[in-house]
Amino acid sequence: MSLTALSISLIFVLIPFILSKTFNLGLEKDTIIAVVRSIIQLFVVGYVLKFVFESESIVYILLMVGVMIAAATQNARKKGAAIKGITWKIAVTLIFIEVLTQAILLGFQITPHTAQYIIPISGMVVGNGMVLAILFLNRFIAETAAHQDQTELILSLGGTPKQAIHRQLIAAIKASMIPTIESQKTIGLVQLPGMMSGQIIAGASPIQAVQFQLLVLFLLLTAAAVTSIMLGFLSYPTLFNKQMQLMRR
Amino acid sequence: MKSAIQFNDVYYRIDNLPILKQITGSFYEGEITTLVGPSGAGKTTLLKLCNRLLSPQSGDIYINGKDIRDWDPIELRRNVGMALQSAPMIDGSVEQNLALPLELQGKHLSEHQAKDLLKDVGLSAELLQRNSKELSGGQRQKVSIARTLVNRPQILLLDEITSSLDQVSQKEIEELIIKINRKFGVTIVWITHNLQQAVDVGTYTWVMMAGEIIEAGKSDLLRSPSNDRVKQFVKGEWG
Ligand SMILES: Nc1ncnc2c1ncn2[C@@H]1O[C@H](COP(=O)(O)OP(=O)(O)O)[C@@H](O)[C@H]1O
Ligand SMILES: [Mg+2]
Repeated sequence: MSLTALSISLIFVLIPFILSKTFNLGLEKDTIIAVVRSIIQLFVVGYVLKFVFESESIVYILLMVGVMIAAATQNARKKGAAIKGITWKIAVTLIFIEVLTQAILLGFQITPHTAQYIIPISGMVVGNGMVLAILFLNRFIAETAAHQDQTELILSLGGTPKQAIHRQLIAAIKASMIPTIESQKTIGLVQLPGMMSGQIIAGASPIQAVQFQLLVLFLLLTAAAVTSIMLGFLSYPTLFNKQMQLMRR
Repeated sequence: MKSAIQFNDVYYRIDNLPILKQITGSFYEGEITTLVGPSGAGKTTLLKLCNRLLSPQSGDIYINGKDIRDWDPIELRRNVGMALQSAPMIDGSVEQNLALPLELQGKHLSEHQAKDLLKDVGLSAELLQRNSKELSGGQRQKVSIARTLVNRPQILLLDEITSSLDQVSQKEIEELIIKINRKFGVTIVWITHNLQQAVDVGTYTWVMMAGEIIEAGKSDLLRSPSNDRVKQFVKGEWG
């Protein structure tokens, strides 16, 4: 696609802008900000990727993945402010799923060990891990607050903190994983996955695009399960103190 | 008389706000002590100190003569059972709720044992498979007490378990408390907002107000209090 074509495509920005003005939606400013930010951010990423791909240096790959994990952690930690040390817990979880998935992909030579593969796949894994972390934390904090009396009951009967929080922990893990699983059940029926569409547009054969998309879906299942469970088991102990008491929040 | 639970100058604060002040006294072994006082006096907090769901910032608590800090929390909580005011139930049947204390130890509760427990608290064995959500207020409180008894505690802490119940259920629970005390020799500490109950069922009564014990002694004392604050409280309650 030429730069001229891209410029003309700004019509698609103009339409919502005019509509917002006509119907007094008051979204003009936000629309402009969103457009400007996405242009700058994506071009920066584009040039950075181009540079990293061409250099083929492991250092730059690690650096990029590191930045992804840092940004994802920064984003997700706000949801878990109530949990002590949540920042490093999220970071450790994301690092773990990144290392785990790449180890399998590269170890079994499923994907080539080039930046062209490692970086986009890492982006999807870490991005999905971040969404899962946010879903999990939201649900876990809500569950523990809503069922505090049950937690106290089990402690009072001589249960351990883990037993006391077990039901809420499992409920939150399950709830956070359901969207990932459900969305995969209907995938392709209504909407083609973004990555697959992109590959097809870029000229890949649909079958090859499907194969790659499937790989990513499987990866995301692992990312979802591991993120929720690992973050859950890292998080619940901070709700209790050494005397096996539920801490006040 | 032997103390089952002994407080020695206990203070409990939340964010520097005093909730319990200068608590000193004993709950005697094998006796029923009732705890009365206006809402917010600190009664529930005092009970939770006894099985270490909460810990005081200062002062000492002794359970069966042993410093509460030297007890393993789990062992302590099995010995000092507590029925919480809201009688929380886990999702599932009455049987699953009764089995919970043993399940936490990786043990199993037989159907026979479960039925005996229901009988002990005056409930029909038919309730065993009933969903805990479908219990009436009185049934729920009785199941909650039965569940606490599964651990065979030496000390039983009961928090306002009759507040939301009708007259008949209240009477039944009163009798149940006396029975548990007599039959199993369990030391009982019972919070109630019903003064008549406190005097009828208790041998000893503590009156609490604003985090302090303003009176402690034989329950009969409440019939003719000498302390002005107690007089005021009793007058309000008996009308
Ligand atoms: N988790 C808590 N956070 C803040 N204040 C609390 C908390 N729990 C209890 N309190 C306060 O402590 C005081 C005593 O509460 P409580 O022991 O429940 O009284 P009672 O059982 O006599 O009604 C009350 O003023 C209550 O507001
Ligand atoms: Mg209370």
